This record gives sequence, C-alpha cells and structure tokens, in this order.
Amino acid sequence: MAEQGTGPRVPTVIADELHIVYRVNGGRTGRGSATAALSRIMRRREERGVRTVHAVKGVTFTAYRGEAIGLIGSNGSGKSTLLRAIAGLLPAERGRVYTDGQPSLLGVNAALMNDLTGERNVILGGLAMGMSREQIKERYQQIVDFSGINEKGDFITLPMRTYSSGMAARLRFSIAAAKDHDVLMIDEALATGDRKFQKRSEDRIRELRKEAGTVFLVSHNNKSIRDTCDRVLWLERGELRMDGPTDEVLKEYEKFTGK
Amino acid sequence: MSETTHDAGVAVGTAPSPDDGLSPGELAAKYGLSVSGARPGLFEYVGQLWGRRHFILAFSSAKLTAQYSQAKLGQLWQVATPLLNALVYYLIFGLILKASRGMSHDVYIPFLVTGVFVFTFTQSSVMAGVRAISGNLGLVRALHFPRASLPVSFALQQLQQLLFSMIVLFVVTIAFGSYPGMSWLLIVPVLVLQFLFNTGLSLVMARLGSKTPDLAQLMPFVMRTWMYASGVMFSIPVMLKDRPGWIADVLQWNPAAVYMDLMRYALIDGYGSSNLPPHVWAVALGWAVLVAGGGFVYFWKAEERYGRG
Repeated sequence: MAEQGTGPRVPTVIADELHIVYRVNGGRTGRGSATAALSRIMRRREERGVRTVHAVKGVTFTAYRGEAIGLIGSNGSGKSTLLRAIAGLLPAERGRVYTDGQPSLLGVNAALMNDLTGERNVILGGLAMGMSREQIKERYQQIVDFSGINEKGDFITLPMRTYSSGMAARLRFSIAAAKDHDVLMIDEALATGDRKFQKRSEDRIRELRKEAGTVFLVSHNNKSIRDTCDRVLWLERGELRMDGPTDEVLKEYEKFTGK
Repeated sequence: MSETTHDAGVAVGTAPSPDDGLSPGELAAKYGLSVSGARPGLFEYVGQLWGRRHFILAFSSAKLTAQYSQAKLGQLWQVATPLLNALVYYLIFGLILKASRGMSHDVYIPFLVTGVFVFTFTQSSVMAGVRAISGNLGLVRALHFPRASLPVSFALQQLQQLLFSMIVLFVVTIAFGSYPGMSWLLIVPVLVLQFLFNTGLSLVMARLGSKTPDLAQLMPFVMRTWMYASGVMFSIPVMLKDRPGWIADVLQWNPAAVYMDLMRYALIDGYGSSNLPPHVWAVALGWAVLVAGGGFVYFWKAEERYGRG
C-alpha cells in the first residue's frame, strides 16, 4: 500500500446512482382469498399482491484502496442492503456498482448446518466461501483453536445444535474470518461471545483489515467505528446523507440521534 | 497505516486529481473495475461451477447426512425408508389389487419396485429443484458462488439417495429370482443419463421456483399425474392395448418411462427387450442432453437475478 498518499488514489469500489428494491410477496393483503390470488396470477403485469420496498435510493460514492469505511444510520436505513449490493449478492434495480476483484461479506452462517458436527461445518463453510480443500486442511487447526470450542472438551466432533449460542457464534466467526479478502465487508454484531473472545475477534478484524484492500464496517457502535474507520458514509432512509471524515460525520450523526 | 489512510480520507473532494472530471463509469473503466454481480459468459460460468465441485459435493452429502441425524437409527433410514416404501407398494398393488396383468409375480414385484425408485429419483429432484434457490435465499444473499451449484447439488443428493435405494432394489430383484448378470452393467449408463436429465429439470425448476415459490405447492400434483402416466405400477402397452397406438407411444417415450423401462430391462431377467419402445437408447440420450443442456442455459440466463426478494 505504498502508493497511497503520494501516487494517485486507486478506486476499488464505485457505486453509481445505485437503487435497490425488494419485492415482498403477499405483503399487502395477508393471504387473501383464493380467487383474488388466482386473478393476481392471471394478470401478471400488475402484480397487485407484491409490495416493493425501496431500500437504497441513488447512492453514489467511490472507495479507494487502503480506506476503512464505516456505514452508519438508524435501523432499516439500508446499510446491510448496500453491503450486499456491493458484494453483488443483491441485483441492482437501477445504477451500477463497479468493483476491483470480488468483494466478500464476512459471514458464513447460512451455509452451516446445525445437524452436522463442528468439524464438517468448518469444511463446508470453508468450501462455501470458495476456499480449496487444501487451504481448509491447512487452516483447520487454526480455525478450531481460534474458536476455542475445544477448550472445554472435544466439542468439535459434536453436532452444532448441541452448542451453546455463544459457542456457535464463535465457531461461525472463526470460519468466516479464516479467509483473506480483497474488499472486505463486515456487518455489525460480529464480535459476539464472551469478553475474551470479543477481544480476540477485534484483533482478527484488525489483521484482516491490514490484508484487505478496502474495508467496509457496518456498526451501531460509534466507538468501534471511530477506532477502525477513517471515512464514514451515513445512510438515512436509503439515501446517502453524509460522506466524509469519521469525526465530522459522527459529530453530525450524534447531533441527529440526540446524544 | 492509520496515519496514511486518514490522510487519504481527508483528501476526499479537496485535492485536485486527474480523475476529478470523470463520470463513475469512466473512472471504473480507467482502473479496470468490473460490474459487481454481472453475469459471466456461459463458458466462464461452466468453469466457475467446475471450480466449486468440492462445495457441490460437500453440500449434497451434508444435506443427506443432516436428514436423519436426529433419528435414533440414524443413517440406517437411508435404506429403511425405500424398503418400507417398496413394502407398501407390494402390499397394495401386489397382494391386494393384483395389478400385475399378465406379468408373473417374479417379474411384477421387481418391476414395481424399480419403477417406484426410479420415478422417485426424478420426482424428488424436481421437488428439491423448486426450493433450491427460494429455500436457500439466506445462502444466496450471503455468499458468492455460481448459483447453479445449488440445484446441481440437490440433484446429486437425490442420486446418492437413489444409490442407497439400489441396495434394497438389488435384494428384491435377487429374492425374486433375477440374478446379477452382464445386463446389470447397463445400470451405470441409465443412471448417468437419468441424472443428467434430472439435473436439467432441477435447474429449470430452480429458476421457475425462485420467481414463483408457489410451485412448491403445485408440483406434487403435477408429479403425481406424471407418475400415473408413466407406468410405474403397470405396463403401458398392456394397459392401453385397446386405445389408439399413439397414446401408448407418447407415454412410453416420456423420459420417466424411458429410464424406468431401461432400468427394468437391465435388472429383471423376465423383462426382455420386447417391452422397450424402438430406439429407446437414443431417446434416453436425447432427453438427457436436451434437458440438461437446455436447463443449464435457461438457469444461467437469470444468474444475476437470483436473490432478489
């Protein structure tokens, strides 16, 4: 990362007038009668039973290599949606996101299965994130040690449904954090578990930040934003309300939330 | 590090840069950024899918294992479920209804069990396909992988399930006097072709199901109709001998019937080639290639749209 500061700044993520719309089936009239549903299906064009939620409205920004960008905003302001759109996981309604390489979201929860042993979940989660079998074998011990699952006996060979919620969250984080990323996106409330594990995961996030080109962090914790980010995007009702250095934006945000 | 990045942060919008006048699109082009979530070309997509083969395999066997992990008998149910299924059909159609219609008992029972298992393979691939995307939205919205991995993986899970059922099938066949011979080798090409066909179907259903999840409610009826029309419990030519010939032809050339008949022909001694429609191997191959290829392209066409709520 020697080029920054002196040479031209290299963009890694460009969002251009990005709009994201969710379509929710059956949100308006509950179930409705069968005939109403049938006529909805027949008149497909109108899509009456479908409600749309305009989650992100025309967001434009450019992120550069080496930046750590915080995303703030009240609940439901579109932060997580924006992250998913940057990762290419949610299709854009209008506008575009350009990225350098493949941005990835830190998290594998959805790929894991509660009925399988921790051991198999480590492998499954790793494969789901796109690691090769060799990479997983190499890092397997590291993942298990980091999670601390085996500190209280041989839990890794038990099904995940037998874990306490803290243990499961620790294992999930450990799997997710095992991969290196170009553009890394971290959603809030990742550092769960007991105090000791929180400390360890914060360190790991810092490490990942160093390896990654650009980091996005979604959090409601202004302190962790201040600690890790040098630029902040403030979203409110799906619109970009402010974009600038951490201190300035946070000051306004705190005024807005009345703190 | 934090020092330098902080400087970079402050510099936003202040320091003049040669990039200032560029529109976002031009800026992206200048630094070689690509559109996030764009659909890759067909061949690139195949490559990506191949790169995820370990995931596909691990995901399908994980699903299979998870299925019975809470049961006391555990993985024994993989074999016990098809066995019980075969017993039920034997009880109803073999003992009570005596639906064999001219087939000897020794042929009819393996005929029936083969039909049930082979059709179940297609049926469950379709049902799993419908929910492959719509039932795994969490996964689709959290991680990056070629979406076709999911339907392919579900079809693979059904294949593994069928292989367990084959154990039961072999036992039944041998118990009714058809012993392993050279013709049993034909099982392999039949399974390969049917698996290709099922995968294609699963891909098609996955795309349809992602747009219209209601299909999960509708498909059981479609599948049941298909089952009765494919001669799972009876021989199509015998049953329809009083009707115009084209009806029997159409039913016999439908893919489910073709794969069932080929499997019966391979396994059962008393079920000779006279029971097969003409050009049956060509038809079996044609269905497999057509549906697998067409289904794959059809699924790929909407690749960038999966995951929209």
